[in-house]
Amino acid sequence: MKITREQIDHVARLARLELTDAEKEMFTGQMDAILAYVDKLNELDTGGIIPTSHAVPVENVFREDVATESLGTDRALLNAPDRSESFFRVPKVIE
Amino acid sequence: MKYQVVIGLEVHAQLLTNSKIFCGCSTRFGAEPNSQTCPVCLGMPGALPVLNGKVVEYAVKAGLATNCAITPRSIFARKNYFYPDLPKGYQISQYELPICVNGCLEIEVDGEIKKIGITRIHMEEDAGKLVHMETMDAGEKSYVDLNRACTPLLEIVSEPDLRSADEAVAYLKKLHQIVVYLGICDGNMEEGSFRCDANVSLMPVGSDTFGTRAELKNINSFRFIKQAIEYEIERQADILDEGRKVVQETRLFDPATGTTRSMRGKEEAHDYRYFPDPDLVPLVIGDDWVEEIRGTLPELPDVKRQRYVAEFGLPEYDAEVLSASREIAEYFEACAALYPQAKTISNWVMGEVLRALKEDGREIADCPATPRLLTDMLQLIEKGTISGKIAKTVFEEMYKTGKEPARIVEEKGLVQVTDTGAIEKIIDDVLAKEPGQVEEYRNGKEKLFGFFVGQVMKASRGKANPAMVNELLLKKLKG
Repeated sequence: MKITREQIDHVARLARLELTDAEKEMFTGQMDAILAYVDKLNELDTGGIIPTSHAVPVENVFREDVATESLGTDRALLNAPDRSESFFRVPKVIE
Repeated sequence: MKYQVVIGLEVHAQLLTNSKIFCGCSTRFGAEPNSQTCPVCLGMPGALPVLNGKVVEYAVKAGLATNCAITPRSIFARKNYFYPDLPKGYQISQYELPICVNGCLEIEVDGEIKKIGITRIHMEEDAGKLVHMETMDAGEKSYVDLNRACTPLLEIVSEPDLRSADEAVAYLKKLHQIVVYLGICDGNMEEGSFRCDANVSLMPVGSDTFGTRAELKNINSFRFIKQAIEYEIERQADILDEGRKVVQETRLFDPATGTTRSMRGKEEAHDYRYFPDPDLVPLVIGDDWVEEIRGTLPELPDVKRQRYVAEFGLPEYDAEVLSASREIAEYFEACAALYPQAKTISNWVMGEVLRALKEDGREIADCPATPRLLTDMLQLIEKGTISGKIAKTVFEEMYKTGKEPARIVEEKGLVQVTDTGAIEKIIDDVLAKEPGQVEEYRNGKEKLFGFFVGQVMKASRGKANPAMVNELLLKKLKG
């Protein structure tokens, strides 16, 4: 096995996903298969190759530092599940 | 047991750009909440970030000014975590290939110079702001303002080379001075434009194995960083003395009590699952670009300070005060170009000019007594038109009104009296009024001389040439 049930629990928690036992079971099997497949790549010697971060050979795309028009408060808040005056309102975060 | 403290600092400096790092929204401070937002900084699906070129230029400036190597090819990464002030669920930052690496700064503490390593400088976006309001639902709701989301930051990470709270403060001040000098950050700590986290750990004196560290957050002044570190040293020493273990955690500094308190265990929070951001293409910075940016760097404070000593013959102290900010240095240099006596200029700038500015909270760039007016006045002193004492009156007026010093002298009748006959007349009047004192003086009470000088100066309303008063008075008293 490449991946354990505990690791699935951990990853699900990090992604804030609530999974049923059946789903956890299923994903453990699926991810195990995916990792086994990816493992195949480890058979290649990639010693002299720079890690590929991007697939398209494009670099240095910049914006000018000019302020453009924004959406404005009301349009920004249109999709908000909850608002109060000019703010998004969310459940309290406890630190 | 005796412990050695080990400190590393992470500084976040907000860059002085007009627009955000990945979108065109304005970075202006104090706008209506959520008014400066767009699909990119709100994290709408499908919106694509595009890098602000100015941010790259500023990051390279910061790197060059702190002796870093500029990474020829750097990339952006996603740092994944959930928090309501982070709309996308990840922060765009740099991880494996930051734009600047391996720098250093020199600091001076108690006359000793020490080199502090800078591990890396990287570009990233800021998060939004969580606002806690005194409203009816304050107990269960938070309010989010995303105007700050996506504003450009530099994170500047030091090596764990600092060995006392004073060293940490010296390093932080140095870094602050540099980013402000470069004009890439306004340095406003209260508004959060320059903020600092401190990693603090203890190890037994003589050991070379670092202890477990705590990360201190929310330190927004030079005074607080000293307080926070000193408190943390005591707290960790107590724990170690009792044979317990320091827990690796994030601690919040509370300025009201000068203490730190635990925020949360960091183990899981640290699982950020960084990976290259496919939305942003790699950044390639060639030598020619680096050299072009190097050409735009201003003279930095350390170099300036040394030059003031070498070129103008100023004392170390003067050189340090005058080079402390770019604006003061510019004022001083403008004066020095107009008048050759650098030390005289220095005395006036450090004295009257800075005092007057401080009194009415003005910046030196807006000083009504411009370098030309100040040096014109110094010429008047040198020529003997006014005395150094009268010059203070002239300066006050010049500062208030911005008028030419010569005109002030004329209008107020402040020209120094250097006419022997006129001064002798004043002396005669004074001596005639004080026959008793003259008698005592002639009988050996010589310390009365100062009294006579004072009376003569007063009678001349400060205008008599002091050297001539001394000379003539001495002659007259001898009879």
